[in-house]
Amino acid sequence: MPDFLLEIGCEEIPARMIDAASAELRERIATLLKRERLAGAEIRTFETPRRLAILAEGIASAQPDITEQLTGPAVTVAYKDGQPTPAAHGFAKKTGVEIAQLEIVSTPKGDCISARVTKKGRSASEILAESLPREIATIYWPKNMYWRKPTERFVRPVRWLVALIDGEVVPLEFDGIHAGNSSRGHRILSHANVSIRSGSTYVGALRDAKVLGRAEREHRIRKALDAATRTIPGARWREDKALLETVVNLTEYPSVVLGSFDAQFLSLPEEVLVTVMRDHQKYFAVDDANGKLLPHFLAVLNTDGDPQGLIRHGNERVLRARFNDARFFWQTDQKISLLDRLDLLRHVTFQKDLGTYFEKTKRVQRLCSWVSEIIKQHGQSIRPGVIHKAGALAKTDLTTELVKEFTELQGIVGGLYARAQELDSGVPEATRFAIADAIYDHYKPESTEDDVPRSLEGAVLSIGDKADTIAGMFALGLVPSGSKDPFALRRQANGIVKVIDKYNLPLRLHELMRDARAGYQRSPAERKFVDDDKFSYSVKTFFRERLEFYLKDVRGYPYDVVNAVLSAGADDVVDSIARAEALRQVLHMPEFAAIGAACKRIRNILRQAEEKGIEPAKEFESLPQSAPEEKDLAACIETNAPLVEALRKKRDYAGALRLLATTRGPVDAFFDKVMVMAEDAGVRANRLALLRTLLKEFSTIADFSEIVTEAKTQTN
Amino acid sequence: MNRASTKSLTFQELVLRLQAFWADRGCVLQQPYDVEVGAGTMAPETFLRVLGPRPYKVAYVQPSRRPADGRYGENPNRLFKHMQLQVILKPPPENVQELYLQSLEAIGIDLRAHDVKFEEDNWEAPTLSAWGVGWQVMLDGLEITQFTYFQQCGGIDLFPISAELTYGLERIAAFLQDVDSIYDIVWARDPETGNAVKYGDVRLADEQQFSVYNFEAADVEKTWKHFDLYEAECKALLEGYASSVREKSAGDGKAHETSRFPVLAAYDLCLKCSHLFNILDARGAISVTERVGVIARVRALAVGIAKAWADQQRTEIAEASDEPEPVRHKHSPPQEKLAPVGT
Repeated sequence: MPDFLLEIGCEEIPARMIDAASAELRERIATLLKRERLAGAEIRTFETPRRLAILAEGIASAQPDITEQLTGPAVTVAYKDGQPTPAAHGFAKKTGVEIAQLEIVSTPKGDCISARVTKKGRSASEILAESLPREIATIYWPKNMYWRKPTERFVRPVRWLVALIDGEVVPLEFDGIHAGNSSRGHRILSHANVSIRSGSTYVGALRDAKVLGRAEREHRIRKALDAATRTIPGARWREDKALLETVVNLTEYPSVVLGSFDAQFLSLPEEVLVTVMRDHQKYFAVDDANGKLLPHFLAVLNTDGDPQGLIRHGNERVLRARFNDARFFWQTDQKISLLDRLDLLRHVTFQKDLGTYFEKTKRVQRLCSWVSEIIKQHGQSIRPGVIHKAGALAKTDLTTELVKEFTELQGIVGGLYARAQELDSGVPEATRFAIADAIYDHYKPESTEDDVPRSLEGAVLSIGDKADTIAGMFALGLVPSGSKDPFALRRQANGIVKVIDKYNLPLRLHELMRDARAGYQRSPAERKFVDDDKFSYSVKTFFRERLEFYLKDVRGYPYDVVNAVLSAGADDVVDSIARAEALRQVLHMPEFAAIGAACKRIRNILRQAEEKGIEPAKEFESLPQSAPEEKDLAACIETNAPLVEALRKKRDYAGALRLLATTRGPVDAFFDKVMVMAEDAGVRANRLALLRTLLKEFSTIADFSEIVTEAKTQTN
Repeated sequence: MNRASTKSLTFQELVLRLQAFWADRGCVLQQPYDVEVGAGTMAPETFLRVLGPRPYKVAYVQPSRRPADGRYGENPNRLFKHMQLQVILKPPPENVQELYLQSLEAIGIDLRAHDVKFEEDNWEAPTLSAWGVGWQVMLDGLEITQFTYFQQCGGIDLFPISAELTYGLERIAAFLQDVDSIYDIVWARDPETGNAVKYGDVRLADEQQFSVYNFEAADVEKTWKHFDLYEAECKALLEGYASSVREKSAGDGKAHETSRFPVLAAYDLCLKCSHLFNILDARGAISVTERVGVIARVRALAVGIAKAWADQQRTEIAEASDEPEPVRHKHSPPQEKLAPVGT
């Protein structure tokens, strides 16, 4: 069984795109081989900044032949007096089989002549040469380009192709490049072209040419980071998954140098130093045994070492200049206090239709004070004087040189400056620090993994800021769709949900968004706003999706539990989670499988009645014609409903659900004995009314008809 | 380490070596454009030459003015006016990256002893309605070059595309000479006396005085007036071009009017507007609400000029290829009708 190798040689592919493209290429080739009946044992990938390669072991050298039995005309038609007729000749010609080779088969229509035809399988080489260009061309890139013809697109220019089945070149052409057996090694460390004999020698040949696979690069970098750090007693390099992935995909043959910077720079906040090192220079930070930053850094190189120390020296020079800049910005920024910067926000655009950050600040302050009121009414205590001030200053750091230079430090810089500056006289230090922390944290959480703000005040500010943005954008009709979410509104909404959950806040999403929308009243932006109904609807749909995501992907509830719970209400985050938790606890009880089935049945009955224009009665009455099971069920609802409601009010959802479970007996009996769609219109309407009430009672906590009863599947 | 020795290239030697390198590879050596620009891309040798089908290779130094980046000569890493060495290769040769790396060797960088990386960096200039994809080239952690495959310019999809290499000369010189301040770069060294003239000796006064002008002294009202005047003249020219195209397509035989039309002059006026906008911006004279609008005004000029230039080139090429066969001229399909420019 031959091995197939494909290598797409390319100018440097952006690091962030390599892994996904490689996985996609693998998937495409696996699907192709399977579809063409060529699939082999295993497909491996090999990816570096300059190549995406696929190694498919043990593929078929050709498609297996297919033998088919083709049926022709009836024997009575095909032969006359034992001699073949024109019909038989025609069939033989069409199928390419000699008359003498024709067979006779019995069919339901009687005996027919028949030909056994073998379709020759095509060779793997032919199929791959024909199909691969399309597969390569359709790989998804977040941003692609053309360099020859506008119709030929790839992430960067393709410069060579290797395509081999064992040692044989697959005659493939892509964007003007003909495949061969010649690859290229490391840009600097290897000069001659690398000739590849077959897929099995590929990895070894590239290693000789100083090109390593992804896993090996990662391993090598980790080891080199460890080794370099060990030269400083007690030191540790700061683990950073995203950074590691980046440097792995920026190198073909990595090594590491340890550099140092002047310890004087340690007087700058650690956040600033680490951001410069990580985001701007792609360096790893080094901590001492207590997690305190040391004046060292680790740079990952795309070469085999730095024997003369030139590379270390160069990197130290660059970092020194960057730190000097940061220090200069820090000092310059102190000349204007955050308090004075509030006014400067009049000149900073928030969004072209939504006005400036000054206006946003005012809205967020107002929204936060409403939110605080609700929270206080529910008994949580909020430190006075913090949120209002933090709200006022939260965006002022956008006017600082430091944030203009290092935008990813927004919020953090504001927090650091608020701590370092006096602010208003008479503000106690503890309050000032609380203000600083709230500002520092107010962009959090920036991802599903990120922490929520450390204080309740920071949490409120975080919610207010995000809700204001979402409301403004939705009011303008700028709703995220598909992969388009330029303002990261989904991430911000996820943040709101997470903060509400973690702080157990009594907020209703629709009220929050209504209040946030109200903040724009009488602003010029309003003229461009969509109408209120459209706004409410789109916001509601959006947050329901976010809550669904949170419950499923972050909290790990099964999808049917999530759907059942959210169908009964998706407005109150904390309450939804409580209901989901209760439902998960009782779901194993057989009663709920039965209740779920009953709910589905009731829904169907009510829907069919509605379609036929049959109205349920206003409410159930005990009629002389009522069946005993009907009366029992009605009595059961009547007794249980207030009890369930009482438990529900106390948010004892598990208790309420257990009580609902006791309804199963009467429900089953009802469906066993009672015919809902009775002849008598009065009886029928009465029974429909009963079912409607029952469904309503069942559905206050969750919509049980969403529960998947058989073969419970887990989505995550 | 003694790299700041007299052996390392002076600033002017750096320029000379790079120019010689690219001249040897067939580039026209142009001189810096003599109207203020914010980047080498804005010089017509790039902005206009990348349009249309004609192959072209050019290299030039371009002093690039960015008023808001001025620091009164007090910051060792930042300048109001820095120097770029700009190379345009149209179409890009297949070995363009290798050529670029050779150019680094030509200025004395031993690639084997350093760390070179091509890191994704896509370039976009909304005022020029231009963009491309490419990399920032990192040398030992320092960004020394912007390497871009142009895809669109002046709103026009390019065919063929061009590769643009923009060398940051001050950074490279500071790296080669191992100095921490731009102002300490040795610009020239007298071969007889060995006396060095430094970057600061040559340029510090510009940095100081233009920072004062751009941040403090520029008369806002007059600068606006200049802007309006340049814009009006540029627009008038573009409208003139559009109407001569209309006349031509109406077939009154004035074809030569479009070919001698001063699109290049219109572009100078557009560059003036761009620079004046930058001064007003540095001066803090453009409010938030105005800003987007003013950028759109400059972009409208740039896009209109690009269209007119591309049209002019197309006509010229069509006429040149028609000349030897005047008979065919009658039967050649009518020129594609051009939408009014400058809108």
